Order: sequence, then structure tokens, then C-alpha cells
Amino acid sequence: MISVHGLRKHYKVHKRPPGLKAALRSLVHRTYSTVKAVDGISFDIRPGERVGFLGPNGAGKTTTLKVLSGLLHPSEGEVRVDGHVPRLREEAFLKKIMLVMGQKQQLLWDLPPAETFELNRAIYDVPAVQYKQTLDELVSLLEISDLIGKPTRQLSLGERMKCELAAALIHRPRVLFLDEPTIGLDVSMQATMRTFIKEYNEKYGATLILTSHYMDDVAALCPRVIVIDKGLLSYDGSLDALVQRVRPEKRVVLRLAEEVDGARLAPLGKVVTHEAGTAVLQVRQDAVNATISRALSGLPVTDLTVENAPLEEVMSELFAENKARRQQAEAEAASAGESVPA
Amino acid sequence: MSLRTVARALPTMLRVGFAEAVAYRAEMLVWVLSTTMPLVNMVLWMAVAKTAPVGNYGREDFVGYFLATFAVRQLTSAWAAWLINWEVKQGTLSMRLLRPISPLWAYASENVAGIPMRLVVAAPVVVTSVVLVGAKAIPQTALGWGLFLVALVGGWAITFMANIALGALSLFMDSSQKMMEVWMVLFFVCSGYMFPVELLPGGLRAVIDWLPFRYQMGLPVEMMTGAHDLPTALGLLARQWAWVVAMFVIAMGLWRHGVKRFAAFGG
Repeated sequence: MISVHGLRKHYKVHKRPPGLKAALRSLVHRTYSTVKAVDGISFDIRPGERVGFLGPNGAGKTTTLKVLSGLLHPSEGEVRVDGHVPRLREEAFLKKIMLVMGQKQQLLWDLPPAETFELNRAIYDVPAVQYKQTLDELVSLLEISDLIGKPTRQLSLGERMKCELAAALIHRPRVLFLDEPTIGLDVSMQATMRTFIKEYNEKYGATLILTSHYMDDVAALCPRVIVIDKGLLSYDGSLDALVQRVRPEKRVVLRLAEEVDGARLAPLGKVVTHEAGTAVLQVRQDAVNATISRALSGLPVTDLTVENAPLEEVMSELFAENKARRQQAEAEAASAGESVPA
Repeated sequence: MSLRTVARALPTMLRVGFAEAVAYRAEMLVWVLSTTMPLVNMVLWMAVAKTAPVGNYGREDFVGYFLATFAVRQLTSAWAAWLINWEVKQGTLSMRLLRPISPLWAYASENVAGIPMRLVVAAPVVVTSVVLVGAKAIPQTALGWGLFLVALVGGWAITFMANIALGALSLFMDSSQKMMEVWMVLFFVCSGYMFPVELLPGGLRAVIDWLPFRYQMGLPVEMMTGAHDLPTALGLLARQWAWVVAMFVIAMGLWRHGVKRFAAFGG
């Protein structure tokens, strides 16, 4: 469905230091630098897959999504989405896809969302019967029946986001790019959006790429993740395998009937937190069973759970690893340069 | 995109555009107030012509001319350049580009959909002009009306295409607002908006005849007030539509290249 090979997107950016002098100098002499937003990434996505596209700020996630949706022209590389070259922005291609950006809206600000739905019906040439069926379904699943008649400007952020999603799906896109779709939403609204997105994917077999800084979105929706950092691909595989690779240790969460001295916990594993009757231990995977036995026999345990490390920690550790690797490579390159005889 | 898609979508786009124009009624009122300059000019030029006509224009002629200018300005205005600048800066142009219909159709339909509202403002002014000046305030024959409508559509088309071209410049530079201001100054001076171009000295008028501004405003006004005989009117209309074609080519070229450069802004 989606194939990306050797994708590069480089920007030429005007740079100048702050201050009046620099501003005046930049009038006659401009300095440019090249920003490598995406620097040679390749991946393939099968029809109906749900893929999380992760990375720190400025990693190149949104740039990649914009290239995939035809908004940006790649500097280099080959990109195909359902057989189309996105940058050509063919009508058939645009009718198959949608990019939902949590921070940009397509709803008409002063008109009710129903007007945007009607506009999209006309623009995407959706047959009347299909439009009614899709709209009824979206209105019911997203619970927006009492919202679509109010002017958009009077809706809350969460209400607006639900209507944005409905507007984006009126033409039943086969490929859905979601860029931070739950940004700024409260926990219950985030959960509603996740459930809805998953149902849409399962019902219509739509291919889905999601970027989000909320790891709960990724855990709930994406069996596969692609991690990009500084424009380079640093991981492509299952979420579970990523956790295993970066943080193979498990978390044993103990709820205790009474306060326990820290010294009694230390032999069981690395104490992550210990407060108010709850202790979290980090233990090697092969030591989990032994740790549980020792905890149950030696401590006043009322409840016990075994979990993976939080995804946020896994990701930040992965980004830290990548950064350290880059710095080492840069240092090696610099020292190699120094050792070259004059 | 195919013309079939455009033809099917256009009625809904116009209907939604009209709904937006109605929703923005407060802005519409402000817009009407901001276009009352011809009424101020009318009073000024009436004072100048108090003792003797200026060129071929007496006091009554200035009333007819500037009330027609007010009406034509209402019907030929376009604001796509401001919209494009804003959408490029905000990145919301992306949402338009994702749709399987060119954003230019959307800008045009939003513009055209606002005309009925502006007609509500322009029509009483035209009626007032007929009351004050007499029948010569409007075309006298069916052919005259036809030529006026062709000039009006041509004036709108040049203004709209100029807006697209100026808006598209914002895809090449950080903002094209200064360029828009320069264009507006030239428009005010050269279009017949501040004074009939006929009052300018011969040499300057010859230059203005080759620029697009007169065909945005002055020509429709002159057609409305019957300022030209048929051969002159046809010659001027031919020049106007040559400008329509030229502005179309310029606007499309800038837009297409600009959209490719949209990359540089990261959308």
C-alpha cells in the first residue's frame, strides 16, 4: 500500500544571529544552511496496517507524512501510496487519502460542521446514499449529533476534534495519516478517539499511520512502530520487540499492607519508586518468578502486578541511545580528520 | 482535477460560500464602510467643479461617475491575496491542498458567493445615482448593459487573478503583503478609483491605457455611464480581456511554482 525508498527531504534555511547589525548584514549577504529533515528512510506498509510513526520533536515525522500525502515534494527517493506518486497530487490519489493534523483544521470556523461535511461530500463526489450512511455512522460512533448544527467556533477543542475526524472520513479514505490527532484532548476524549480510529481501521481496512507524543495512543492502536530520529530510521518492527530491545527488564509493582523499610526491598531488584504502601521494582526478565516468590513470602503484599517499562521511558532511552551514538560517530569523524597528516 | 468534479462541487461551494458571507455580516459592514472612498472623492470633485467643469466632467457627471465607482468596487472586489498570505503563514493552506479540487476554485467561489450580499449594498447606490443624475447613470440600451456586464466580469477577473498572483508570491517570500500594498497604491492612482483617468494628461493616460488597473475599475464605470461610443468601447474591452488572459497566465504560473515551493515553509 505504501512504499518509501531512500526518501530525503532537505530544506535550505536562512540563518542569522540576533541583533540589528546581523539583520542589516543579512540584507546584503545571506547565509543559508541545509536542514536534513528526512535523510534517506525506507519502509513498506501493507494494506490495513496500523503503524505508529514515532520520534522526538524535529525528527522528521510530520515532514514524512506531508510527503506521503503529496503536500511536500521529496528532495530524493521514491514514494508510492496505493500505486500513486503523491507529489503529482492526482485526483484519484487525493480521493483515497486524508491527513488529519491535530493542530490544523479544515472545519469552516463560522459555520456548523454539517456545512463542512456537505462541502466535502460535494468536493469528494460522494454518492448521496453512501454519504448519508457514512455520516449517520460517524455521528453515532463519535456521538456528535448535537454538535454538528452549532457553529464550529462555539465548540470545545475535543468536540471540534471529533468533528474534524468526521469531516476527514466523509469520503472513506483508504489511507489515513494522523498527525497528533489527540493533542490537547482530555483522557476520556483521547480514549474515544482511539476506539473510533481502531473501529474505522477494522471496518474499512484502511491503512493508518499515526504520529503522537501520547504513548497511550501508540500502545492502543499500533502493533508496529517506525522510529525516526534526526531524519534517520532507527527502528522498524513490533512495539513489543522494541520494548524488549530497549528495556528488557520488567516492572514488579507491589502494593503493601504496611510500610516496609527500603532495605527489605533492595535485594529483590532495583527500586524504581517506593512510597505510601506501593513499591515498584525493576527486575531482569529471567528473575521475575524468583522475585515474585521472595516478595510474596517475605513482604506484606496485598496486590502484585508485572508490567513492561512505560513506553515513554522506553522511547526516551531509545532517543538517548541514538543521540549518544551520533555524538560518538561525530567525535570519531572529528578525530579521524585531525589524524590526517598535513 | 477534472472539470466534472469542479462542475459537480461548484453549486455546493457557492452555497456554502454564501452561508459564510452571511455569517461574516459584521465584517461585511466594515468592508462596506472601508470602500466609501468614492463618496468622499465625489464630494471633493463636486467642489472642484463648482464653478466650471473639469475636462468633460461637470458636478452631475462626477456624482454619476463616483456612485458608479462605488457600485463597481462592491462587485469587482477580491481578497484572495490576503487569504492566501494568511493561510501560507498559518499552514492551513495544507488543508486546502489535500482536497481533490484546486484551492483556486475555492477562493473564486468564496469570492463570487459574496456578491449577492454586496449587491444589496450596491443596488440602492445605483438607484440613488439614477435619481440624482438621471437615466445616463446606467446603460441606455441592451447592448450597453451587455458591454457593461462584460467589462464588470473582466474587471473582477483581473482583480481576482492579480490577487492570486500576489498571494502566490507569499510562497516565494516570507510575506507578500508589502507587494499587495504597492499594488493597491497603483490601483488607487491608475484605475480611475480616485479620479476619472480621462482627467490625466495625454502622455500619462497613454501609459495607464497599457496597464491593467484601468480595466479593473475605470472601464466598467465608463461602460456603466456610457462614456464611450461602440468602436472605442469594443477596443477597450479587447484590451481588458487581453489583460484577463495575461493575468491568468501570470497567476497560474506563480501559483503552480509556488505550491511546489510550499515545501520550503514546511506547510
